[in-house]
Formats: sequence, structure tokens, C-alpha cells
Amino acid sequence: MLALEIENLQKTYASGLQALKGIDLEVEQGDFFALLGPNGAGKSTCIGIISGLVNKTAGSVRIFGHSIDQEFTFAKSLLGSVPQEFNFNTFEPVEEIIINQAGYYGVPARIARPETERYLKQLGLWQHRRSQARRLSGGMKRRLMIARALVHQPQLLILDEPTAGVDIELRRTMWDFLDQINANGTTIILTTHYLEEAERMCRNVAIIDEGNIIQNSSMASLLQQLNSETFILYLREELQHAPQLASFDNVTRLDQHSIEVEVPESLSINDLIGELEAQNIVVERMRNKVNRLEELFFKMTAKNDTAGLA
Amino acid sequence: MLGQFWIAYLTITRKEIKRFTRIWVQTIIPPVVMVALYFIIFGNLIGQRIGQMDGMSYIDFLMPGLVMMSIITNSYANVVSSFYGAKYSRHIEEMQVAPVPNLVILLGFVTGGVARGLGVGIAVTLVSLLFTDFSMHSPLVVLLVALLTSSLFAMAGLINAIFANSFDDISIVPTFVLTPLTYLGGIFYSIKLLPEIWQQVSLGNPILYMVNSFRYGFRGASDIDLSTALLVILSFNALLFVVSLILLERGIGTRQ
Repeated sequence: MLALEIENLQKTYASGLQALKGIDLEVEQGDFFALLGPNGAGKSTCIGIISGLVNKTAGSVRIFGHSIDQEFTFAKSLLGSVPQEFNFNTFEPVEEIIINQAGYYGVPARIARPETERYLKQLGLWQHRRSQARRLSGGMKRRLMIARALVHQPQLLILDEPTAGVDIELRRTMWDFLDQINANGTTIILTTHYLEEAERMCRNVAIIDEGNIIQNSSMASLLQQLNSETFILYLREELQHAPQLASFDNVTRLDQHSIEVEVPESLSINDLIGELEAQNIVVERMRNKVNRLEELFFKMTAKNDTAGLA
Repeated sequence: MLGQFWIAYLTITRKEIKRFTRIWVQTIIPPVVMVALYFIIFGNLIGQRIGQMDGMSYIDFLMPGLVMMSIITNSYANVVSSFYGAKYSRHIEEMQVAPVPNLVILLGFVTGGVARGLGVGIAVTLVSLLFTDFSMHSPLVVLLVALLTSSLFAMAGLINAIFANSFDDISIVPTFVLTPLTYLGGIFYSIKLLPEIWQQVSLGNPILYMVNSFRYGFRGASDIDLSTALLVILSFNALLFVVSLILLERGIGTRQ
């Protein structure tokens, strides 16, 4: 069954900006789906329309088969959303924000209270339940919005940059939490600028750019399109110039002790190390410049340059 | 489905009432102090020199109008500040993402405004007992007019908040429209004192109908026929209800 079905979705703002140019998108029930794109690509507009915060110009959206136009009450009951920006009353206590949200979904406080306690404990906010939301740190506010989105037990959860500004340790904790939510049957759609996050968590991915879906596939098949990877190599001896390597065209000297090399799919790391050793250059350690999805993403969304795609 | 909407309505209402009771020093006390000063200055000090107005002492004449003024300003202020605050800090989105019909959002905010208007009205009435004897010609008329007037100005506050783009915008209407209309709405004088032409002009002020019907409820005397006044108030309620609902449905000022 499809958790989300979007057909020919269009949005033109009053300013004339065409944010969505007729996108089609399907997300299967139980999926962990990444919706990626550069700033201004149309991701938040798309999420805003699904959530009911933005009026669409044309097209249709169905959540588990229910139209957001004709069956908006039922369709919305199935949806939970975590927006990019904080959108709660910062003067209200944490617990009250979540119980009120449940109330908007028709969940009485006596039922919402134990659910609120469960999520606040799981997300490490229980001891702050009586604090005004404005006293929470940025990471806590993000977790508060996740708890708020889950309190009515949605079947589809949309997360718009849920880990923005969150430190790496906390981000990993949130990943584990979301993995668990997904494993329990909740379909999740994630937008993020941390492509490592999308690569680690999502099974399917769509990339949106300038209001169009330019890629929609499984994460695995997308990553297979990557025809080169860029590595940064840290060298034992100082280098005055970038070395000339017969098999590798793109070699850049970053500083005296490091170089950047693009390794095409046809060659291996051993080939690279071998050529460097032939010139008495010793590699002490190396790392990917960016993660694989990030590398692909840059290539796909780079303006006037899609030559890197296989 | 109706049960779900009922819970949503109760949630919005409870939240709205909590909002103004939590900051009661800012919301309840100032209008009570202001009206007490009106009673002291206009009722006691100046009123004694004015003598009778419409067949009653000036302070008795003044009292219903001052209570009505408190109801009008507070029901308006509650919704305009709460709804604009929700728009400004974007927590209006909490309701928009949920399956809450716009009618329920409207009723929830209006109930909050009515609660504050009536709460302050009751507090001001209690203060008035320090200056004048309590008498009520028709409790039903008092209650009906208080409810209809507070709901009318709660909706007016909501419309103001929908169109407001800054905090300045939510003070312009109360300062330049509401206050003059209230002061010229027969709180401090009977329109029979005015020249004929100004009496006719005053009839174009909707607040005149509310103040006079409210005064009728307390004192049994009014410049305006009660049924005409109630019809005017009901008509404005119906008009603002339709306008508010259309604005919310279209997402004007609240949705992109």
C-alpha cells in the first residue's frame, strides 16, 4: 500500500515563483524515504502542502489512499510532521505542548498523558516536562517537536531537517530512535542536509531540484550511479606541487601534507597508492572527502553540469 | 468525528483561557483599575455636578457602559493578541497540521475572547458595587448582550489578527477605530443630549446599540429600542462569523 501518493503537484506563489512544477511521488508503507534537494528546491513547499500549511496550485495528494482535499480529517489523522523551524508556543510547558497537540487530533488528555510520558522519556526530555519550552536547548526543542508529532500515533511521519543544529552524539541517538519508530511500522519521510544521515537511514530517495523530481530510486541503485569518489590523502613528507599521476587526472594539492584525488570507478585505491609509492610518496592515512551520497548529490544538482552522472 | 472536534474545541478553549489567566496581572487587573478610576473621577467627582441622566444618577447611568467598554476591549484584545501571537511564532501551525476544521479554530478562539470579556466584565461589575447599588432590570438581556457583544469583538479581533503583519498592526484598530467608537457609543452620555443631526450620525455606530441594550438590561432605560439593538448586534455577529470563516478557509494571512 502507498503511504503517500502525489500526482502532478504544483505550487506557484503570489510572487510568481513556481516552487513545484508538477511533481509525482510515491512512498510505500513502512518505507524510510529521503526527500533531498538544495535550498529552495521545493522540499519544504512539498511538505507544507502535504501537512496543510501551504495551499497547492494544482495536483493531488493522498495519504494512505485518503485525499487531503476530500477526506482531510482522516488523511491528517494519519500524518505527523516535524517542521524545519520551531513552531510551538515557547511560553508553554513542554508537557502541555504535547498534550494540547494530542487534543487537536481528538485524543483526550487522559490518553495523551501516558503517551507523552513515554515519548518524553524516550527522547530524554522527561525531567524538563514542566519547563517552559523557551528554556530548552536547540536539540531539546527538536526532540520536543518529534515527541509532539508522534503523540497521536501517526502512520506517516514527515521530518523536515530534524537534526539541524544538533550535535553528532545527539544526532546518532535520534537516528536510533527514528530507526525504532520505523521498525515499529511508521513510514518516515526525511529531508535533511546531512546526506550521511539520509544514506545511513533511508531505503529510497527522491531528489528535487528547481521544482522537479530529478531522481527517484532506491538508495542502493542511486549510489551505484556514482562513477567516481574523491579522497583526501595525508602524506608523510612535504610536497611542493601536486604529483603527476598517469592514471588519475584530478589531483589537487591542498597543503604541504595533503592532496585530493578523484578515483574513477574503473580504478582502485591500490592503483592510486601504487602510483604514489612509485614516486616515493608515502600515504599515512586517507578519508573520503564527502560521503558517497553527498558526492552524487553535488553532481546531480550542480547547475549546467550533470556530466558526472553515469 | 464530532467527539474528535469537541476535544479539539475544548483544547483550544482551555489553552486560550489558560493564556490570559496565567498572566492575570496583565489581563484582568489593568481594566479593573482603569474602570475604578472612571468611577471615581466621572462617577463620584464630576458625576455629582452633572446630576441626573436619563432619569437616573450619573454613576448609575455610567456603570453599564463602563462594564460594556471593558467587555468590548478585552474580548477584542484577547483574540487579536493571541491569534497574532500564534501566527507570529507559528504555533498556529499546530492546529493547521491537525484535523481541526476552521470552524473549530474560530469557535475556540472566540470562546477564549468571550471568557476574558465576561471575566473582566464580572470583575468590573464587582468593583462598581463600591460606587453604586447593584440592580438588574433583566438578567437575561444583560447576559445575552454581554455574550453577543464579546463574541462580536472576539471575531473582530481575529479578523484584525489575520490581516496584521506586525505588532503595530494589532494596535492600530483598537486605537483609531475601537476607542473612538466606544467613547462615542453612549457610555458617558445619552444621545438625546446631542443635536438631531449628531443623533442620526450616532445611530451609525454599532457600539451605541450594545451599550444601550446593556444599559436596558441593568436599568430598564435605553436610547435605542431593544429589539432593534439586538437585531443589529446579531446581524454584525453573523457578518463577522461568515467573514472570519471565509478568511480562515482561504488561509489568508495564515497559509502560503
